[in-house]
Amino acid sequence: MADLTTDFLGIKSPNPFWLASAPPTDKEYNVRRAFEAGWGGVVWKTLGSEGPPVVNVNGPRYGVIHGADRRVLGLNNIELITDRDLQTNLDEITRVKADYPDRAMIVSIMVPCEEQAWKDILPKVEATGADGIELNFGCPHGMSERGMGAAVGQVPEYIEMVTRWCKQYYSKPVIVKLTPNITDVRKPAEAARRGGADAVSLINTINSIVSVDLDSMSPHPSIDGKGTHGGYCGPAVKPIALSMVSEIARAPATAGMPISGIGGVTTWRDAAEYITMGCGNVQVCTAAMTYGFKVVQEMISGLSEWMDEKGHTSIQDFMGAAVPNTTDWQYLNLNYVSKAQINQEDCISCGRCYAACEDTSHQAIAMSEDRTFTVIDEECVACNLCVEVCPVENCITMVEMPAGEVDPRTGKVVEDVYSNWTTHPNNPSATAAE
Amino acid sequence: MADGVFDEGIQAGRLAPDAYEAHFSDLHPPLDQHEAIVAADRCYFCHDAPCITACPTDIDIPLFIRQIATGTPDAAAKTILTQNIMGGMCARVCPTEQLCEQACVREEAEGKPVLIGQLQRYATDHLQAQGVHPFTRAEATGKRIAVVGAGPAGLSAAHRLAMLGHDVQVFDARSKAGGLNEYGIATYKTPDGFAQGEVDWLLKIGGIKIETGHALGADLSLASLQADYDAVFLGMGLGGVNALGVEGADKDGVLDAVDFIAELRQAGDVAQVPVGRDVVVIGGGMTAVDAAVQSKLLGALNVTLVYRRGRDAMNASVFEQDLAASKGVRIVTNAAPKAVHGNGAVREIEFDYVDDTMTPTGQTLRLAADQVFKAIGQTLEGETLPDLDGRKIAVDEQGRTSLKGVWAGGDCAAGGDDLTVTAVAEGRDAAMDIHAMLTGS
Repeated sequence: MADLTTDFLGIKSPNPFWLASAPPTDKEYNVRRAFEAGWGGVVWKTLGSEGPPVVNVNGPRYGVIHGADRRVLGLNNIELITDRDLQTNLDEITRVKADYPDRAMIVSIMVPCEEQAWKDILPKVEATGADGIELNFGCPHGMSERGMGAAVGQVPEYIEMVTRWCKQYYSKPVIVKLTPNITDVRKPAEAARRGGADAVSLINTINSIVSVDLDSMSPHPSIDGKGTHGGYCGPAVKPIALSMVSEIARAPATAGMPISGIGGVTTWRDAAEYITMGCGNVQVCTAAMTYGFKVVQEMISGLSEWMDEKGHTSIQDFMGAAVPNTTDWQYLNLNYVSKAQINQEDCISCGRCYAACEDTSHQAIAMSEDRTFTVIDEECVACNLCVEVCPVENCITMVEMPAGEVDPRTGKVVEDVYSNWTTHPNNPSATAAE
Repeated sequence: MADGVFDEGIQAGRLAPDAYEAHFSDLHPPLDQHEAIVAADRCYFCHDAPCITACPTDIDIPLFIRQIATGTPDAAAKTILTQNIMGGMCARVCPTEQLCEQACVREEAEGKPVLIGQLQRYATDHLQAQGVHPFTRAEATGKRIAVVGAGPAGLSAAHRLAMLGHDVQVFDARSKAGGLNEYGIATYKTPDGFAQGEVDWLLKIGGIKIETGHALGADLSLASLQADYDAVFLGMGLGGVNALGVEGADKDGVLDAVDFIAELRQAGDVAQVPVGRDVVVIGGGMTAVDAAVQSKLLGALNVTLVYRRGRDAMNASVFEQDLAASKGVRIVTNAAPKAVHGNGAVREIEFDYVDDTMTPTGQTLRLAADQVFKAIGQTLEGETLPDLDGRKIAVDEQGRTSLKGVWAGGDCAAGGDDLTVTAVAEGRDAAMDIHAMLTGS
């Protein structure tokens, strides 16, 4: 079995699956259950300043986008940071860490943007024996109205400032958790690095209203007839998060910075993808909230099996492997030509490829009287829509045209040389090919 | 097992009283909302969908399923009922495994089609349970149309004509409207008075009057209908039953399966319907299966369905054959009736084993029987009918007969399968043609 051990910022954990700072990590009871179930680490639900804790609404906190059979595709929440007493949390963290020394224990923190507030809490957190802290600069609802959470994460200068305080008053690793509710995720990541952050974690939840009740005219979840935006997470956000991770992994100013990947990790495969995009580990919440802590067993076995199959002996073996292959559009090879090909033996004649292509694309699929569907190479631009809408996996595939053949659509010979937009004659700013 | 099952002869109450309710309840319990949404999600929304082509009434199946999936079952019901006003009954009795569900691409892909029939029932039940009728009549045309037969074809024609603004007078020979929906379908396929409920719901369109107890050739003449009405639609089905034509066929206990099925449907308490201990059903269609299965459900000890051809030639669908087998009906094929034996009442029935050309092989089969049900086809009854094509009324694509102003559809008309859904389609299409003819549109 492959070695799933991870060393993230010097923090060791038996596997790369951590529970994200969220409702599942709010209490000793839950976290002990998580560790017993096999989770490699937890980020304890965000602590606030000493004093009367925040309060939550007493109505519904969650709203969901369901797929068929009520599969949870996206989860929206309006829960705030921990509403339990600071000392209670600190005591529990201390006890759990002592009992599970092999697991990663990170404490999420959100206090006002004042140096004293951080100076007050950090020694208390340090005293718990936890392995590091995560700065919650991402929570998009409630706390942001009070100048914390995403309100900080949207201002790179604040990120840098607070991170610096943390590095000053805390001796262990500092992870900065980023909000996706910005225009360019690289800026806050750069700010974190300038402030001395050891790592970034992303994404926090995305501003969201999952639905409107068409009878009450209130957003869901509705609290006495009114709703507010919450934070969106779950499988639906994975593509957004993965893209943001890739930007940080690729940008020269942030390249090489350790990343903890968060956003819709539901299976081992999601985790593997995040790791290939440069993450040292992943954090999970919605999958656990949907299926319970046991789901980590599939993640562990799946990742391990895949690694064995691929001959990877450690997480490091494939960490960041997809980063060099993630590029800008302008660098994509315009001389790469492929055509859709329909395997008639697998085709069930549903005609979805035809409807999609005929109505919304390039009229590149022919339909016969007897419902045989064939690709018209003269029209096919290889857009892949037919592949994606076909209900039969691998029935339609994209087949590369070998160099030397003539593309019937363009009449041009497929060339065996890489050529991109930067040198394309249609590009007004083209530079001459070297 | 109640003691009564071993008693010889034809008698009622063979089973414990509570067994009957279980035996004659809904064959397919309805889908609940969640089941319907999950089932609906399996539909691929095919382009120019094969299921639509396979449906004799051309229901836009992908559309209505998507309407269910998106939480608008009443819109789904309207999609169905626009094409097929008896979509509720068809959802229960259509041989979907030979029609829409056979054509479903998921049948091709994985042998598990989308549950089109059950989804159709979910939608139509949802709408009909509210007691509302989704269609309204067009402005009155002043035209009057006579419809003979209040079965699926006649009611379908009547509804469409009424909707188009015509006044419709329906005549039926029986005491209740509904035709085979009311008298000719196994009880477990349409329990709880669904058939009459559907008729009542259908009539809410208005403009349709039904008079029962009138039959063509008895107190109705086609000539007078032609004279009194602007158009006539014939949808009286097949009133006669083919004779067995073998020695001893007139013995007591040799009965028509359609009468047995009708008796069960009309019985207030099925436990009161007598059945033999040893029952033999002759035939290979739906009627034969309905009679055989229900004999078994009534407590008959040995039920044998005997068909003269091979299994592949049976009109009953594979699903129906399997249903019969699962209920304990023995199916014997390639055996043709030879003689009915008994002293006054049937005691045994003898068959010749026959090859595929219906030639006796020389071997015979004798089955103990205290009750024999004939389900070997029905015949058109009546005199001075329009020209026939074979044994049924000849019609063209629009349902026009050889007589001016007379249309026909359903089982009494030539062409098309003898299915409820086909009758509905033919009634509807004839109505559209009548309308076009009368209004010059």
